[in-house]
Amino acid sequence: MEATEIQEKVVKILTPYVKDQDALATVSGETNILEDLKVNSARLVDVVLAFEDAFDIEIADEDVDEVNTVGDCVRLIGAKV
Amino acid sequence: MGRILTRDEVLQRIPQQEPFRFVDEILEIDDEHVVASYRFRPDAEFYRGHFPGNPVTPGVILIESMAQCGMVPLAIYLTAQEMELDEAEKFQTLFTEANVEFTGMAQPGDRIINTTRRVYWRRMKLKAEVEMSLEDGTVICAGHLAGLGVPI
Repeated sequence: MEATEIQEKVVKILTPYVKDQDALATVSGETNILEDLKVNSARLVDVVLAFEDAFDIEIADEDVDEVNTVGDCVRLIGAKV
Repeated sequence: MGRILTRDEVLQRIPQQEPFRFVDEILEIDDEHVVASYRFRPDAEFYRGHFPGNPVTPGVILIESMAQCGMVPLAIYLTAQEMELDEAEKFQTLFTEANVEFTGMAQPGDRIINTTRRVYWRRMKLKAEVEMSLEDGTVICAGHLAGLGVPI
């Protein structure tokens, strides 16, 4: 799966949790999920579970600790699909 | 590593106390569910204002009772299995989400039975399906709650 395709799906999954919808207009790999998109950190587990379902992968808790940006999600998922 | 707590050990570790304690007894508990009960005290202060002359248990108190009867004890039970008890006791489960529908009322003196089923437990976050009934089986509220274990 191409990185651009993964990123599109990642952004679609993140969208319902995004508090700053304007930030979605300029989303890139550098976009920070908590700081730029204002996703509540308590919802990250829901996001990870949605990634696992959407991409049919398993994401270890330790890997989640390394995820800060949309690009981090794309790289993590890309390595598993 | 941790261990499996008894029902009484879990009950003793629920941090909320009077005048904000809304759980009396844990009837069943395992990794997937917990059943607990509470009788609403007729002399509770909030009945004076909700509503004067016509006391009804506020919905927000029902949600708190759902949490204390379900999410909090189940999180204590699960956390205790993952780490040493002195470490586990540093965590409190705080509300992150509530999505509840009310279909009935609890009057002063009513005893409720609350059944909580785990949806997921991951990274110290518990999401659960919850149903609260009166003793006659009438469901008065149901929905989903979630909470996160936070060291405080």
